[in-house]
Amino acid sequence: MNDEILKISDLVIEADIEGVWKPIVKSLSLTLKKGEVVGLIGESGAGKSTLGLAALGYTKPGCRIVSGSILLSGRELITSSESRLREIRGNSVSYVAQSAAAAFNPAHRLIEQFTESPVQHGKMNRDDAVIRGRELYRQLELPDPGLIGDRYPHQVSGGQLQRAMTAMAMGCDPEIIVFDEPTTALDVTTQIEVLSVIKESVRAKGVAAIYITHDLAVVAQLADRILVLRYGDLIEEGNARELLANPKEDYTRRLLSVRSLRGEKEDDGNEEKLLDVQGVTARYPGTGLDVLVNVSIKIKKGKTVAVVGESGSGKSTLARVITGLLPPVSGSIQFKGSKLPDKLNDREKEHLRTVQMIYQMPDVALNPRQKITDIIGRPLEFYLGLQGEEKVKRIQELLEQIELPISFMERFPAQLSGGEKQRICIARALAAEPDLIICDEVTSALDQLVAEGILELLQNLQNTLHVSYLFITHDLATVKAISDNIVVMYQGRIIEQGTKSEILAPPHAPYTELLLSSIPEMDPDWLDGLMVRRRSGEIPTSNSIPENL
Amino acid sequence: MSWFKLFLTIPWSARIGVLLILFFSFCAVFAPWLAPYGESEVVGDVWEPIGGNYVFGTDQIGRDLLSRLIFGARNTISLALFTTACAFLFGSILGLIAATMRGIVDQVLSRIVDIIISIPTLIFALIMLSAVGTAIPSLITIISIIYAMPVYRIARAVAMDIEVMEYVEVARLRGEGLWWIMRREILPNALTPLAAEFGIRFCFVFLLISGLSFLGLGLQPPLADWGAMVQENGAGIAWGFYHPLIPASCIALLTIGINLMVDHIVHKASGLRDEH
Repeated sequence: MNDEILKISDLVIEADIEGVWKPIVKSLSLTLKKGEVVGLIGESGAGKSTLGLAALGYTKPGCRIVSGSILLSGRELITSSESRLREIRGNSVSYVAQSAAAAFNPAHRLIEQFTESPVQHGKMNRDDAVIRGRELYRQLELPDPGLIGDRYPHQVSGGQLQRAMTAMAMGCDPEIIVFDEPTTALDVTTQIEVLSVIKESVRAKGVAAIYITHDLAVVAQLADRILVLRYGDLIEEGNARELLANPKEDYTRRLLSVRSLRGEKEDDGNEEKLLDVQGVTARYPGTGLDVLVNVSIKIKKGKTVAVVGESGSGKSTLARVITGLLPPVSGSIQFKGSKLPDKLNDREKEHLRTVQMIYQMPDVALNPRQKITDIIGRPLEFYLGLQGEEKVKRIQELLEQIELPISFMERFPAQLSGGEKQRICIARALAAEPDLIICDEVTSALDQLVAEGILELLQNLQNTLHVSYLFITHDLATVKAISDNIVVMYQGRIIEQGTKSEILAPPHAPYTELLLSSIPEMDPDWLDGLMVRRRSGEIPTSNSIPENL
Repeated sequence: MSWFKLFLTIPWSARIGVLLILFFSFCAVFAPWLAPYGESEVVGDVWEPIGGNYVFGTDQIGRDLLSRLIFGARNTISLALFTTACAFLFGSILGLIAATMRGIVDQVLSRIVDIIISIPTLIFALIMLSAVGTAIPSLITIISIIYAMPVYRIARAVAMDIEVMEYVEVARLRGEGLWWIMRREILPNALTPLAAEFGIRFCFVFLLISGLSFLGLGLQPPLADWGAMVQENGAGIAWGFYHPLIPASCIALLTIGINLMVDHIVHKASGLRDEH
C-alpha cells in the first residue's frame, strides 16, 4: 500500500548570491505520508523554508531548482506548468507564513480573504465558503467566530491573525499544509494557544503537515518525524520521540542542550547599589496612556537583573526612561547614590558613559558606512580621549575580549554575520567602560547556538569586569540562564520581583505561573498535559488574567 | 582598470548613459581644441546646409554650428553643474538640520520651503531675473534657490528615515552633537539617494537654463548656449532648415543620458534584484 502523498527526492536548489549560483538545498529527500506531521528544524540558512516551499512547487525569486523531483500524489511538480501549479497551490497544498500581519491584505476583511481561495478553485460558492470559514474559525477557537470575519486584519491580535491564516490554509481541505515558523513572532503565552489549536485541528482533519521552525521544543509537540537541517544538508532524521531522547549527531545534541539550566551564581555578598529606579511612571508625549506605572527596580553592582514580559509590557520603555530618551512623568532614577537628570540633554558626559545600551537588531544598531575600527574607536576617543596608537591598541584589546580576530577592524558591518555584529555592539558598549549595560532583547534576533555564545560572552565579561546588566527579554530560557534577579512585568506594571530562585520556585503570582508554564519543553507530551491541566483550572490561562490588574 | 570592469557589469542602458555623459563632458572640457572655428566667429553664409562645407552647417548669422555646439556644451553644462551643486549644498544641509533637530526648526524651515515651492518655477525665475538682471552670478543664485527647495524635501525625507535607526540613537545616547550626527551618522547613508537626485535635478536645472536662454534671460549673446541656439535658429524652421533641431537634440541626448545612468543608480540603491 502506498500512502505517500509527497515524495521529494534528491532535490537541489541554488540561489543567486551576489551573481554566483550557490546550492542552498543540497540533495535533500523527504517523504510525507497521509496525516503525518514532519518537523523541519535548523538555524537560519539551513534551507528549511526553501525545502518547505518546494512542496508547493515554488521557489523564492533568485532561486532555481537544479535537479531532483517533487512528486505530489505521484505527479511531478518541477515540470508542471504554471497553471497546473496554480490549481495545486492553496487547494491541495497550502501555506501558513511566519508573519500573518504581513501575509494578510490590510484592505480586505478576513472572511473575504478566506473565501477567495475556495471560490477561485471552484470548490464552493461564496455563501458556502463563508459558512465554512465561520466553522473553521470556531474550530480554531477564535472569539466570536460568526462575526470576527467581518473585521480587518489590524482589528485582531497577532495570535488571532495567525489562527485566521491557519483557517485560510484549511479552507480547501488540503492534503498538505506547510507551516513556516507560524508561532515565532508571537508572545510565549499566545504561542501556546496557537500551537494547541494547530495541533488539534491538524489531528482532527488527518491532514499531513510540514512544520518549519528553529525551536526544537515547539516541533517536539507536533511532529511525528523530525529532520534536522544545516546549511542545506540533512544532519539527522528520525522518529520525533527517538530523536529527542537519543540524538545521534553532535549538532542535534548541541541544539538540544542549549535549554539546560545553568548553575546558580554564588552570592558574593556585594550589596553596593548601582541603579535605583524609584516609582517611575511614564507615558509617550501626546498620549494619555501610562506605559509604565509606578515602577521601582534596583540593580546591584556586578549583578544581572532580568526584566521579563510580553510585548506591550513596557519593558523597553523602562530602558528608554533609564537612558533619558523618555523623561518620566513622575518618579526618579538614582545612579550610584545621586539623582540622574530626567532628560538626556541635561545629563553629563560621565552619566552617559556609565550607562551603555545593546540592541535587539545588530543590523540597525551599527552604522553600515562606518568601519569596525571607527565604531569601536569613537567612544574611546569621545569619552576617554584616546588617540592614535593608544586607541588602536585598545580596539585590539576589545576585539580580543569579544573573541573576534583583530583583522575585523578594517571591515564594514555588512561583512559580518549577525552574531559577530552583536559582538561588535558589545565591544562598543564596553569601550565606554560602563558600570551598567542595558541589553534590550540582545539574543532574540539570533540563531540559537549563536545566541548561546553571546550569553556566554556576556557572562564571562561580567565575571572579569564586574559590570551590571539590565537584561530585557521575553525569553524565559534566557532569563533562567543568566539572571540574578528577575522582574516580571505586565501592562506597564511590575507583577513581582525577587531573586531568581524566589521567582522561579512556587508559589507564583498567576501571571508568572502562566508565563512559566508556557515555555515549551522538549517532552512531546508536554503540550497535551498542559492543556489538560489548564482546562481543569489547575493552572491559569491567559483568559483568567485580568486585562487591568 | 577597475572602472572599466565596473562599466562592463552595468546594464546596456546605463552604459549608453555613461558614454553620452562622457562624450559631452569631453566636448565641454576640450572645447577650444575640438572646435574647428571660434565661438562667435562668422565663417560663412547664413544657414549653410548641413553636411556641406561645415558638418552641421552655419547658423542665422553664418557662424559654424558645430563649434557653437561644442562651446555651448562647455557653457551650459558648467553653469548647470555649478548651480545644481549650490542647490544641493544649500538644500541638503537644511534638510539634514530639519530632520535631526525636528520640532520647531523643522516646522519653520518646511513651511518656508512650502511657500517657495508653491510659486511656479518659471514665473518665479522670470520675476527675479527681471528684477535683478541677467548677470551670471544672479542667474546661479536664483536657480539654486529654486532647486534647493525640492532637494531640501528629499534630503529631509531620507534623513528622517535614517534618523530613527538605532545607530543614530546610539550616537545621541553617547552625547554626540548635532553636527557629528548629521555628518558622520546620517549623511554617509543618505549619499546614494541624494546622488541619484543630483542627476535628475541637474537635468531640470539644465532645461531651465536652456528655457531661460530661449526666452532671452539666460546666457547672453554672443556666448553660445544650446537653449539660446534653438531660439536664435528658430526662425529657420519656417524656411525648411533643420538647424534649430540640432542644439535641441543635444539637450535631449544629454538629458536622456543622465536619466539612463540615474535609473541604474536608483535601481541599485533600492536593492531591487533582477528576476531570473
